[in-house]
Amino acid sequence: MVAASTLKTFSVTLRVWRQAGPAAAGAFVNYPAKDISPDMSFLEMLDVVNDELAAQGIEPIAFAHDCREGICGTCSCTINGKPHGPGKGVATCQTYMRSFSDGDTIVVEPFRARAFPVVKDLVTDRAAFDKIQQSGGFITARAGSAPDANALPIPKGDADLAMDAAQCIGCGACVAACKNASAMLFVSAKVGHLGLLPQGQAERDRRVLAMVNTMDTLGFGSCTNQYECSAACPKLISHDFIARMNRDYLTASLRSAFKPAPANTGGGAA
Amino acid sequence: MNLVGNLFGSSIGRKILMAVTGLVLIGFVIGHLVGNLQVFSHPDKLNGYAHFLQSLGPALWFARIGLLVCVAIHIWAATVLTLESKRARGGQAYGVKTWIQATLASRYMRWTGYVVLAFIIYHLAHFTLGTAQSATYKTALPAYKMAQDYHVLGFTVVPAGTAVLDVHRMVILGFQPPLVAGFYLLAVGLLSLHLLHGMDSLFQTLGWRNSRWSKSLRNVVILACLAYFAGNAAIPGAVLTGKLSPESAAKSAPAAHH
Repeated sequence: MVAASTLKTFSVTLRVWRQAGPAAAGAFVNYPAKDISPDMSFLEMLDVVNDELAAQGIEPIAFAHDCREGICGTCSCTINGKPHGPGKGVATCQTYMRSFSDGDTIVVEPFRARAFPVVKDLVTDRAAFDKIQQSGGFITARAGSAPDANALPIPKGDADLAMDAAQCIGCGACVAACKNASAMLFVSAKVGHLGLLPQGQAERDRRVLAMVNTMDTLGFGSCTNQYECSAACPKLISHDFIARMNRDYLTASLRSAFKPAPANTGGGAA
Repeated sequence: MNLVGNLFGSSIGRKILMAVTGLVLIGFVIGHLVGNLQVFSHPDKLNGYAHFLQSLGPALWFARIGLLVCVAIHIWAATVLTLESKRARGGQAYGVKTWIQATLASRYMRWTGYVVLAFIIYHLAHFTLGTAQSATYKTALPAYKMAQDYHVLGFTVVPAGTAVLDVHRMVILGFQPPLVAGFYLLAVGLLSLHLLHGMDSLFQTLGWRNSRWSKSLRNVVILACLAYFAGNAAIPGAVLTGKLSPESAAKSAPAAHH
């Protein structure tokens, strides 16, 4: 015989942004979310609500999700005015319903920025981040197989700092939180990650110049040093990387202005 | 890519221009305040100082044009960046948006900037051009005869007995209308708030700030802004409360000779 569940459930009202397509006009629609377990993640709660909507013949709420363990950066949603909801250092998939109380009205919106157009409901197209990455967020040289440990000495502090930056999952919460829709935290994490490691040095200047240029071209805003980005970041990436990128950008601009250009007069493959 | 193109054409470049011009202007407003605080000393001090600055001729114009260029670049960069950022935010506003950790001063930079700009225009019309409150402008007042020599770095730059413009009296009379003094107090208050975010921000923009010492930096900036406000508020404050008046100036003993 199984004992009766002692788990207390509760109910909230969802106020969700519904938008049929990229060009369609959107609006907020209220849906009740009944008998919610406090241990459900926010996405599981949306699954439950969607089951109910489907049963009623209403189009389910479209939302982006994948790993549901906070490492892929697919889930988004601005929940009650903060990207990824009220928790510190968690993505929407790891925001649990115990963060809310019975009777709450929870406002759920897509990440908003001109560079992140809404595809449908809560789903946004964040391909702009991929374009920034493609413009310089890599090391061109063949990596080959794993080198011997310590063949390339890296100070522990630099390695740890590079790992802090490398934690960026590219979710776009920094852009969504910023009043200027600036991508500075994302770009600075990528630039900082590679710029701190010896493998990234050869292309350090070219990388920061190219990635910042792409960021500007794609229509992201600029930084006003309010640090809403790092506070909203599910990986708590520090805005110290923004300062580092600013310095790198200035240094790279100076160097590129005075660096001699190769004459390309010698032999070799033309 | 070239340096000037990057500075004027990219988002980070314009931010760097904001920071550098801001730094120059911070240097100016602090120096300007230190010079002005001589109003609390014998009239010889402020009048000798003003006469010395006016005697610099081309150097004075070099500094003035430099400062105006800094103001113009600062405003231009702020305008372009703000318009770009507004566009970047997109057409659809959030239904609900909360601030997480942005400081109060950082949220009102544009508005404090507007008031400071309006103040700069009035301030120049008042004390530099004499088009506002022209009845108490220095050229409308009787000349002042220096009681003692005025020195800069040990050199006598304005000898005793020189007839100079009475800037000391102009400042006191200029702040006697409560509306003028009140606007000045409001403007320097908002300028201090502007500097509270600006002084902190320029370290971030130039890449010199990190979390190892950002709290100390913030505390130094807060203290600097409080001191800046107190210093500036003291001048119209002393005029409004009657501590500084043409009579008190006449009574004060000449500074000890050194």
